[in-house]
Amino acid sequence: MLATQALSATLPVSASARLTTALFAGVFGVALLYFAAFAHSDALHNGTHDTRHAIVAPCH
Amino acid sequence: MLTRVILAALVAGLLAGAFATAAQSVRVIPLIHQAETYENAVPHADAGHSEDEQAWAPRDGWQRTFFTLLSNLVVGVAFSLILTAVILLLNQPMSLQHGLAWGAAGFAVFVLAPNFGLPPELPGMAAGDLVARQIWWVATVTLTAGGLLIFAFRRSIVWMLAGAALVIAPHVYGAPQPASHESPVPANLAAEFVIATVVTSALFWLVLGGLLGHFLSRAIREEEAAAQDG
Repeated sequence: MLATQALSATLPVSASARLTTALFAGVFGVALLYFAAFAHSDALHNGTHDTRHAIVAPCH
Repeated sequence: MLTRVILAALVAGLLAGAFATAAQSVRVIPLIHQAETYENAVPHADAGHSEDEQAWAPRDGWQRTFFTLLSNLVVGVAFSLILTAVILLLNQPMSLQHGLAWGAAGFAVFVLAPNFGLPPELPGMAAGDLVARQIWWVATVTLTAGGLLIFAFRRSIVWMLAGAALVIAPHVYGAPQPASHESPVPANLAAEFVIATVVTSALFWLVLGGLLGHFLSRAIREEEAAAQDG
């Protein structure tokens, strides 16, 4: 039991704080991924071009 | 809002994005530049390409490298936040080892599954309609993630069959393909690019998972201490 606690941790905080943070992280993360890897704006496409190819997202 | 948890995800994502830039510079980026010499040698080989005269593009050299670093940092943070969201939603324990397992799952979901239908693509290679491929990519990633989560958390045979169906469904439906695979890019470059991107992405996901495990478990302990104090 002690060994498990030393190796891993789960959040002791309230479910609402945990779920609010999950929602924020999820929405923020998906939005960033959209702009970096999916947005069709030419300038965004050209700036992120090599990254899109490298992470094997559909590029053009 | 658990600020320490978000900060931990940001730090892990930024470090993993910086690592990705270094890792890509070994094989992935040189292969992209090499493919572009073939792409540019054939006029209009890539009709869907949106690099027209007016659009801004970083100049080759340090400017292009800088913007690739910037995009890799954004992508690193994006993947880090998405993993963090799922870990929080399912209230999962966190440690370096757990993080590595989440990183491996991220690699399977975001790299292996979409690559099975849409192989890594070099500039100038033939490909199906962009929007159709993007929709297929997002659908495949979502269904594979759902299927793997079912495998991980549900042990009954019915649930596991449902999980397998989710993982297989996008490949039975099939990824959008080009009318013709003819391309000015030599086949050996494309083959090298597949290996280079898969190896580089695997390293990126393991580094991201490990860093996220380390920083998240620390942040969680700090949140715990703060909750007990207050």
